[in-house]
Amino acid sequence: MKKEFRESIGRAVGNATLTGALGKFSEAYKVNRAKAYEGIDFEALRSTIAERKSHAAANLELLAETFANNAEALGAKVFRTNDPEQVKEYILKVAQAHDVKSVVKSKSMATEEIHLNAFLEKAGIAVGETDLGEWIIQLAGQKPSHMVMPAIHMTKEEVADLFSKEVDERIENDIPRLVKVARKELRAKFLKADMGISGANIAVAETGSLVLVTNEGNARLVTTLPKVHVALVGIEKLVERFDDIVPILTALPRSATAQLLTSYVSIISGPTPTTDGALKDLHIVLMDNRRSEMANDPKFKQALQCIRCGSCLNVCPIFRLVGGHVFGSIYTGGIGTILTAWFEELHNSEDIQGLCIQCGNCKEICPGKLDIPEMIMEIRRRLVMEKGQPLAQKAIFGIVNNRALFHGMLRAASIAGKPFNSGGFIRHLPLFLSDLTDGRSLPAIAAEPFRDRFPTIQQPADCRETAVFFAGCLIDFAYPEMGEALVRIMNRAGIRVVFPEAQTCCGAPARYSGAYEVAGQNAMDNIQALLADQAEYVVSACPTCTVALAHEFGDTLESLGHREWLPQATALAEKTVDFSTLVKRLVDAGRLTLKEGQQLGALTYHDSCHLKRTLRATEPPRELLRAAGYEVKEMFECDMCCGMGGSYSMKLPELSAPILQRKLHNIKETGAPVVAMDCPGCVMQIRGGFDQDRADVKVKHTVELLAERLES
Amino acid sequence: MYEQFKARAEGVGAEVYRFKDREGALAFILPFLHEEGGAAPPHSCAVWAESPFLEGLDREPLREVAGIRFEVSREAAAAARVGITQAEWALADTGTLVQDQTAVEQRLASSLTDIHIALLPTGNIIPDKIALLSKIDPRASRYIAFITGPSRTADIERVLTIGVHGPERLVIVCVDDMGGPAR
Repeated sequence: MKKEFRESIGRAVGNATLTGALGKFSEAYKVNRAKAYEGIDFEALRSTIAERKSHAAANLELLAETFANNAEALGAKVFRTNDPEQVKEYILKVAQAHDVKSVVKSKSMATEEIHLNAFLEKAGIAVGETDLGEWIIQLAGQKPSHMVMPAIHMTKEEVADLFSKEVDERIENDIPRLVKVARKELRAKFLKADMGISGANIAVAETGSLVLVTNEGNARLVTTLPKVHVALVGIEKLVERFDDIVPILTALPRSATAQLLTSYVSIISGPTPTTDGALKDLHIVLMDNRRSEMANDPKFKQALQCIRCGSCLNVCPIFRLVGGHVFGSIYTGGIGTILTAWFEELHNSEDIQGLCIQCGNCKEICPGKLDIPEMIMEIRRRLVMEKGQPLAQKAIFGIVNNRALFHGMLRAASIAGKPFNSGGFIRHLPLFLSDLTDGRSLPAIAAEPFRDRFPTIQQPADCRETAVFFAGCLIDFAYPEMGEALVRIMNRAGIRVVFPEAQTCCGAPARYSGAYEVAGQNAMDNIQALLADQAEYVVSACPTCTVALAHEFGDTLESLGHREWLPQATALAEKTVDFSTLVKRLVDAGRLTLKEGQQLGALTYHDSCHLKRTLRATEPPRELLRAAGYEVKEMFECDMCCGMGGSYSMKLPELSAPILQRKLHNIKETGAPVVAMDCPGCVMQIRGGFDQDRADVKVKHTVELLAERLES
Repeated sequence: MYEQFKARAEGVGAEVYRFKDREGALAFILPFLHEEGGAAPPHSCAVWAESPFLEGLDREPLREVAGIRFEVSREAAAAARVGITQAEWALADTGTLVQDQTAVEQRLASSLTDIHIALLPTGNIIPDKIALLSKIDPRASRYIAFITGPSRTADIERVLTIGVHGPERLVIVCVDDMGGPAR
């Protein structure tokens, strides 16, 4: 990680204005967005969008040609190119041919992408942004910090200062007054501009139409007042049919700004009359800039389904801490990381890809059905393939790949760590070893790991089923009592537990770091170990491990070309189940009863990322805890990441810490004395947080709470 | 349908009125212009872009009484307090007006003025965008405008502020019986 990058994170997190504005916005956004989508089947809507847009992405060449033919038939001039330099040259040529002195622009990320303003200004043409946020940014000489709200990082005081300088008159910090100033100043620019430049939100091949979506009304003026209109359109905006605009217009305003529709939507098909009676000179530039290359990449073609609503930024726990400038490029946030890797260069995303904590929030709300976390993982994988792993990481995973050595070191750590054990907390285990080397963290490894305790557990002889227990590193070496609780519960339901000694790290830390070779070796070792016994279930009380076993082994092995392992990976996946889901099934089947009629008081429940968004198990743990006699008091943002993110909390503690603080605050706000969760990683993070915080809140894994409530 | 449209349009800050016929609408519009007036010649108080509503009406008294101009140049529109156009369709589910604004006068009157009065045949309120698809054709209408409430921004501190570049008020005048050949 570059030093400047780290410093920019520090500056952003320390900027109270920025984090305050983004934090408040993201909290309100979630509520408002849900309201805007009332009465709409979001899953059906986004499936339609994904289908139409992926169809377009698969036929870009044909659609671009159809669009060009249809728009030209209406009298527009269409210029197609892959090269941003040619785009700029073309627009300059058009400007010069019309003797253009000044340009007004409505918001266009594509023009930002190619730095068009600077280019035109160098040629002596005055370029005025007219979207209020873009104008503020232009006056401040900054880059947009958010795709939809470019100036969200600035205060009204800062804006008043900028405007005062611009109009040479002291302007007060009153927002309506500031907006009036912008209206007046920009109105004059609109009326005298020789050329208007816009982007487009949608380009319809069938009709040669451009669709522009705005709230301020500036795009209407940009496309109406000057004699020349140039629209710069990235080819990912193409759709095949006119009726494709309906699902996009239904989702875009709702997802972007929680509006049912923006104030204005303009559908422009060919040149229209200007105020002097002639037809407008309309130029449409269809820009590729690696988009069709992206469309041909099996892992990244889905990125072309993006409708640029920016909702992935709005729900991102990291974005609301750092804002957009940390990303250093035009496109920011999760989608920005992916676009930067393509529109610039892969290695330009090297630092920013590390910002993603893989919580999956963005995937849940994306109207284009993009799996942004997956694409960021793919960027990691390719970076590692291209440049190799960082040395320290390579050394660690070298150990993780040798189970005997790895476990040996964990045991050694339990001894070595003892003097420092007073309330210290380790990080996600395979990476805690690097903590040992730089002496930063204080490991609290169990004196006796679960694998040593297991043989001493007495299990009933008359069990009718068998479950293979996958402990995962954390339960095995840090929280063996969770494993013991799980065995007790399984036994009570008539299930014998086996613990294959050869099981090792699930490979998630390696995979999430892009080290697929390591993750692949972990997968193969575990498949062999876990399928060796005949069993009905493979159960884990760690959602991240469960996801690895049930969803990722196959993908990891396939991407490494180990197709011969796929049948076994599938066999393992089919048997794998998370703890709460299995127990709920057993309770429902009458095989397990919890003590009834208990009044155990309130607790609040924290949804772990993988359990909620990959395994989709939100209700089973809550229902079980209620059945056990707890009153579940929901906390604000119960499903927001706790900031652990495996090794994330170690790589970026300055981001992990404030996310954790927010979580602790939300837990405390409920007044519940207990917080339950299903992930030992979350337990470590949140327990560690409360240990520092000194608040009297018990942090428990659901398995521990349920084991106490078994009917004898 | 009207009630839903009205609720949605008012929800985004538009003002919605309904009248039985053109006479009723004029009896609302003229005093409205008078109240908003203040523009003396050569500035007009209002620009009124060609619309079916005007067909068969004697325009001369309107010019005199309310300072309305029917010749919509960019200068006239930029100087006018009020712009009047007629929308063809409205979408009940989002409170949206839809108008073919290929003629530049329609855009000038509805985008440069402070107040936009949009006339609307009440019977042309339809459920949603899907219902609209069969009624508009981008090949025949080169500039189709959707208008939902007044111009707005939240670009400074996320505070919703009305009237950035477009009108700060959108007054929708629904007319049940347009008389004549209104669409």
